[in-house]
Amino acid sequence: MMDIDIRKVAMLSRIRLTDDEAAELGPQLSNIIGYVEQLGAVDTDGVEPIAHPHDIAMPQRLDVVTNVNRREALQAPAPQTESGLYVVPKVIE
Amino acid sequence: MPFSTLSKIKDRLDAGATTAVAVAKTYLDRIAAFNGDLNAFVDIDPAHVLEQAEASDAYRTKHGARALEGLPIAIKDIFCTQDGPTRCCSHILKDFHAPYDAHVITKLKEAGAVLVGKTNMDEFAMGSSTETSAFGPCHNPWDIERIPGGSSGGSASAVAAALVPAALGTDTGGSIRQPASVCGITGLKPTYGRVSRRGIIAFASSLDQAGPMTRTVKDAAMIAAAMSGHDSMDSTSVPDAPAVDWLGACDKTGMKGLRIGKPKEYFVDGMDTGVRAAIDAALAECEALGAEIVDISLPHTDAAVAAYYVIAPSEASANLSRYDAVRFGHRCDNPDDLLDMYTRSRDEGFGKEVKRRILTGTFALSSGYYDAYYIKAQQVRTLIRQDFINAFAQVDVIATPTSPITAFKLGEKTADPLTMYLSDIFTIALNLAGLPGLSQPCGFVDGLPVGLQWIAPAWREDVILGAASAYEAATDWVKAPINFGGEA
Repeated sequence: MMDIDIRKVAMLSRIRLTDDEAAELGPQLSNIIGYVEQLGAVDTDGVEPIAHPHDIAMPQRLDVVTNVNRREALQAPAPQTESGLYVVPKVIE
Repeated sequence: MPFSTLSKIKDRLDAGATTAVAVAKTYLDRIAAFNGDLNAFVDIDPAHVLEQAEASDAYRTKHGARALEGLPIAIKDIFCTQDGPTRCCSHILKDFHAPYDAHVITKLKEAGAVLVGKTNMDEFAMGSSTETSAFGPCHNPWDIERIPGGSSGGSASAVAAALVPAALGTDTGGSIRQPASVCGITGLKPTYGRVSRRGIIAFASSLDQAGPMTRTVKDAAMIAAAMSGHDSMDSTSVPDAPAVDWLGACDKTGMKGLRIGKPKEYFVDGMDTGVRAAIDAALAECEALGAEIVDISLPHTDAAVAAYYVIAPSEASANLSRYDAVRFGHRCDNPDDLLDMYTRSRDEGFGKEVKRRILTGTFALSSGYYDAYYIKAQQVRTLIRQDFINAFAQVDVIATPTSPITAFKLGEKTADPLTMYLSDIFTIALNLAGLPGLSQPCGFVDGLPVGLQWIAPAWREDVILGAASAYEAATDWVKAPINFGGEA
């Protein structure tokens, strides 16, 4: 079974894991990845990968403004705003 | 009356035999009486429901009835609604109120529907049992010790117990069909691209599709007709989707000339013998109705679950990166810095199953593993889609069990995530191929419902609705659970 660095994956995912969580999720993740490894047995030589079920081009809309200013409504769910800006912990010292 | 079909309620409303307010009151009373046993609704505002019903009665008097005038429909907690909370049954969205309605919500409102509450679900639709909900598990009305399926378990439980005559669900790997199956109701997943995804909280964008959960096939068609249609603000909504005569398709009573494919990969060892017997009996009934049963093969079926559990978590890990504690959602107390805010907020806000899927997806997309997992899974997806295209050269429609088992007991599969994943074995392939599917009741094993799944080529919901309507007309499996007021 593959040994996965659960701490590294958690950091890439931007999720802190407590020690207990890491101890539980690490083996489960290895188990899930172990299961999906059966894909390796499928012959896919020359098979195109698809990301979407239908063969259609991504549609484009006209390059015109269609939205109205709804800043207040759209910021209402934010944890913290001030003067129409999102407030986050200090990034630059 | 509570176990009436949507179309019968519509007939009574149209005939002036009842009003939207009276109908709404009937179901609000049932929700008040039974939701404590089922936990099917996680939010209900009776005053707001009655306001909508009053407005519908007034509209009918003034302008006449629209397609769903005055009909109560419950909404899975994954659909953004301006009224009331939208929480996706997650702590990370516990205080979220959506600033806009999902496109399908707007369409249902425009059709005159009365929207009833928010139904329970697995957190972010990740699960097959509605046990990962941040608001506690939902129960199956046929046996409250058992799961209602998932992720749209609240919608299925509510319809099965007639707390509401119909509900909306979403289906990424079976989340409409599997709960419909284990709760003994009808659930339709439309062709990918038929229904707009705008305003539906994203899990796996190339798989997610919304659809109706109802008592009968015609009821599902009524709602699907109102939900469908192109939305220029969703790039995955297909602009020139072939039209379907939704209600006309439900007039079929026989199956003369219908070629039904029976894929050998869906009739395997390990299936519950009672489920297998019910499906065999259903196919024999179809033959008696004039259908021809054709043995077919979908050779890559075995790889579908593995491909799904790479693709869906990969898309989920990208979609759920938006929960950054900046624009919406839970933020931890007193973060030290930006990184601490992201990582701690997400740890506190997401439940275990959501974390497992994000971690799985992040791993599959990470440097060094991307080709071996993500690209490989997408290639297998191509092969699975091709299997169906080949099969539909021989047959008009495919029939399978929806789930290999009936409803299991709460807690029975929570210890091992992989065992839970394998319960979706018969529903997943169709999402990967983007095809429409429907589950309808076709029998009982030890008092628990069994579901029959129909699969059609892309855009041919009419073929599914025709076959399912003919089966429904010839059989009597749409039942009501005794403990919730059904007949013995």
